[in-house]
Amino acid sequence: MNKERLRRTVMYAAGNNPGLIQNAAIYGADSVIFDVEDSVSVAEKDSARQLVYHALKSLKFPCEIGVRINHISTPWGYKDLEYLLPAKPDYIRLPKGESGDEIRDIDKIITKAEEECGFEPGSIKIMVSIESPKGLRNAYEIASASPRMIAIAIGGEDFAASLKTEKTRGNTITGGRELYVARSMIVFAAREAGIQAIDSVFSDMRDEETLINEVALVKELGFDGKSCVNPRQIDIIHQVFTPSDKEIDYAHRVLNVFKEALANNSGVIALDGKMIDMPMVIRAERVLAIASAAGVYQKEESI
Amino acid sequence: MAKLLTAAQAGTVESSDILIMLAPAQAGTGIQVELVSPTLQQYGEHIKNLIVKTVASQGIQDAIIHANEKGALDYTIEARVKTAIQRALGERGF
Repeated sequence: MNKERLRRTVMYAAGNNPGLIQNAAIYGADSVIFDVEDSVSVAEKDSARQLVYHALKSLKFPCEIGVRINHISTPWGYKDLEYLLPAKPDYIRLPKGESGDEIRDIDKIITKAEEECGFEPGSIKIMVSIESPKGLRNAYEIASASPRMIAIAIGGEDFAASLKTEKTRGNTITGGRELYVARSMIVFAAREAGIQAIDSVFSDMRDEETLINEVALVKELGFDGKSCVNPRQIDIIHQVFTPSDKEIDYAHRVLNVFKEALANNSGVIALDGKMIDMPMVIRAERVLAIASAAGVYQKEESI
Repeated sequence: MAKLLTAAQAGTVESSDILIMLAPAQAGTGIQVELVSPTLQQYGEHIKNLIVKTVASQGIQDAIIHANEKGALDYTIEARVKTAIQRALGERGF
């Protein structure tokens, strides 16, 4: 079940920096992306591509590794795919996705590369970031364009810029309003397509408090994880996205009560004076699934 | 067999990287490597051999290479040498 893989953090590493590439995966991020797009200057696109290729070929990484390619409408996009797919990244991250056709185009190229290299068909996935109103309008089409799709992400700064506004700090009360609708629509599209939703980078490394608020906000909206560019943010983001002991305990009790009710054939169930119905059971199952994937909960046989 | 058209370089002198400067050489002079490295005594031979092997694997028989190594792992050395060669062959890979 690749789609249910934990992706609380998706960390970027600049693709032309060997020091960053070889160390990026050791900080515990759930997923790491080697970037040959924005973090690499035009004059170094060729060297970044080579470096990422050789890193993927010769190093072993403890987590999932994706590659952010240049968009296929730029002079580098197709070459990125041609060079990097034979190194078998876990997924291709496409920036500025705007249509399902782009995804189907990339899907075909991946299919061909998998055949030529003898990789398992369908093993290389796709993650797309939405950075424009057009992309947002087509978000569901993008999310459902290929069975390789694992997640859509919002590129916050780019999106805000394309709205001719700026990304504000994601304070739960006043901040992040400019992205509120876009973030929600990303979650709707991802959920309808049955894939994950990833929030954008929070770029002020020193401001932990606002980061926590922003992560709490996007978790509440339904996101599965958040992108980041600095290892310092990983633990903070994980803390918010990982169910607490209290949440785990409650979920556990919900499922127990539900199981009892099923066994006794009783219609209505209550726990601590609160009615428990199907959505709560589903949520409890999800809490335990995330907790189990995050290694803070051991699934019991009885549930 | 390929022939280098011009001098070219790739890489940086940042930590964990290597700067490769590559120039065409007269036919028959072979692949000559001049290496600067903080770990010359320990890894000098290994790094030089890797550079020569990578250059030869691209079909180049004659080249003058100056390498300034800053603790690069093998994958980085290979990648930087290949990029320098592509650039010296006049292919920017775009």
